[in-house]
Amino acid sequence: MNVRTSTPATQRGALADGVRVGDESSPTPRRVAAPAPSVARRGRPDWRKAFEIALLVGPALVVFLGFVIFPVVMAGYYGFFSWKGYGPPTDFVGLQNYVTILQDPTFHEALWHNAVIVVMSLVLQGPLALLLALLLNRPMRGQSVIRVLIFVPYVLAEVVVGTGWSLMLQSNGAVNGLLEKIGLGALAQDWLSNPDLAIWTLMGIITWKYIGFAVILFLAGLQGIPQELTEAAQIDGASYWQIQRRITLPLLGPTLRIWAFLSIIGSLQLFDLVYIIWGQYIASTAGTSTMATYMVANGRNAGNFGYGNAVAVVLFIISLIVALIYQRYVLRRDTAGALTERSER
Amino acid sequence: MTASTIAIPPARRPRGNGRLPWGSPATYFGALVVIGLMLAPIGYIIIGGFRTNAQITADPSGLPSPWAIGNYSEVLASTTFWGEVANSTVAAVVTTVGVVALGLMASYVLARYRFRARGLLYATFAAGLMFPMTVAITPLYLVVRNLGLTNSLAGIILPQIAFALPATIIILVPFLRAIPDELEEAASIDGCSRLGFFWRMVVPLAMPGVITVGILAFIASWNSYMLPLFILNHEASYTLPLGVQAFASQYSVDTAKVLAFTSLSMIPALIFFSIFERRIVGGLTGAVKG
Repeated sequence: MNVRTSTPATQRGALADGVRVGDESSPTPRRVAAPAPSVARRGRPDWRKAFEIALLVGPALVVFLGFVIFPVVMAGYYGFFSWKGYGPPTDFVGLQNYVTILQDPTFHEALWHNAVIVVMSLVLQGPLALLLALLLNRPMRGQSVIRVLIFVPYVLAEVVVGTGWSLMLQSNGAVNGLLEKIGLGALAQDWLSNPDLAIWTLMGIITWKYIGFAVILFLAGLQGIPQELTEAAQIDGASYWQIQRRITLPLLGPTLRIWAFLSIIGSLQLFDLVYIIWGQYIASTAGTSTMATYMVANGRNAGNFGYGNAVAVVLFIISLIVALIYQRYVLRRDTAGALTERSER
Repeated sequence: MTASTIAIPPARRPRGNGRLPWGSPATYFGALVVIGLMLAPIGYIIIGGFRTNAQITADPSGLPSPWAIGNYSEVLASTTFWGEVANSTVAAVVTTVGVVALGLMASYVLARYRFRARGLLYATFAAGLMFPMTVAITPLYLVVRNLGLTNSLAGIILPQIAFALPATIIILVPFLRAIPDELEEAASIDGCSRLGFFWRMVVPLAMPGVITVGILAFIASWNSYMLPLFILNHEASYTLPLGVQAFASQYSVDTAKVLAFTSLSMIPALIFFSIFERRIVGGLTGAVKG
């Protein structure tokens, strides 16, 4: 779409120059492909170039606009209707859906669970992954294999993880069986349906599944810290932990902040694991429902597509606000260089 | 595939003979404990499939005695399982090809053509990163339904391509920009058109980036759950994640068989991961850093 509107303007400008270039009788005037791209591309009535751009970008743009931008825009539109999903929406209700959402205690619970998941993901995974990354960054044989193995849970499908853990965590499952075997039978719990416990169970599973990603990310960040710095500190008599505290941690800042950003957004959108393990009904009674499971349960599964879309909009706005605040106050230093570089090209 | 041949990300090797020193026993012990915690649940799923339900009821956390292969052979003999493997494979392969083809073409224009709307175009694609599928899923379902693509693999392939495009373009554009202009000039002096340059030079030179992007798309598609959940409602069109879930609820009393089905369904992903682990790990870190 953008290509179409923009190319005529470019060509009109180029047309005038093109005549002049042709008059100068360059060595290869008839060649369609310009010999020196940056110079000659500007100076030709380049229908061919416009055609190439349309041909190359067109398919991607159509698919992207049709399946990403259009649905997102439609979500905003449908959110103002009470609509069962058949025929065009006619029952305009204004902001009624949003009022209902914001007053629904079930949604408040889901929002609260999301907040807990965001904070606990950072608190549990961050330090743990940092320690692991420091451990695995020490030069030793076999470190590559260890790194790969830690990453395995991250690659598994959420469904596999969810199904496996929900079988293991049943009250007569393997976890309780193991606890009894090693004499800790008193610790056996109803891990999944005890409302005081379920969200901690969920946090355990999330940590297990996603910590590999944090570790790999931190390891990559650690590789970027010049060895000379730690060597110099060592010569000056700094201990291992002093070096990590004073040199490694500050220099790892950008990596940590990017990871935290990805973790926060992922936690706000969490759906798969909860829906697979707890299903749409049990999630709210077990205290693990999230905004996304609320959206699916009350939107599509209930047949209220207008309402579901409104929930999606709320979810998006909350994520956007969090992302913008984070970008503004935390990531500003890290992205400043990248953004200016991008815009000048 | 020994320890010394894989390096992820390329580990700093001490100068000298290039072999890493042995770490302290404490370090190995710590690493071993962590790996044990990471792999034990996966091991339980795989080994649990070799037990019978009676064994599991009697001792939920024990080892198989004797080993029973009945669960695995039953799953492997079922047409449902193979149908779902086929569906998942088709969806993942077509998605990957589509993402790579469309992403490469668009990135090529964004990286190497100069035109007025380029910045806007790049920003449009990059904005896609702000819309996770969770936000768009409900209207996306309606779009797919109106196109008559529910219960068909095309109904999940097209949205998957669309949602993978932003990250793909963001990874590939710097890659293509790094190809020197001199190369393009040389090619054009030799009579190569810009499209010819794309096919003959850009595609081969961009291979490392393309492989990274392709692997990410393949794994995302293979593991994808929410989209198939909305789009595919007939058992015949199920992909493996839906199949695992359907199987688990259908045979909820037959724990052993569910474990067998689950572990068989993760084998393709594990094989794929072990072949490409270097690329996957490197690609993820590169994508986030870059």
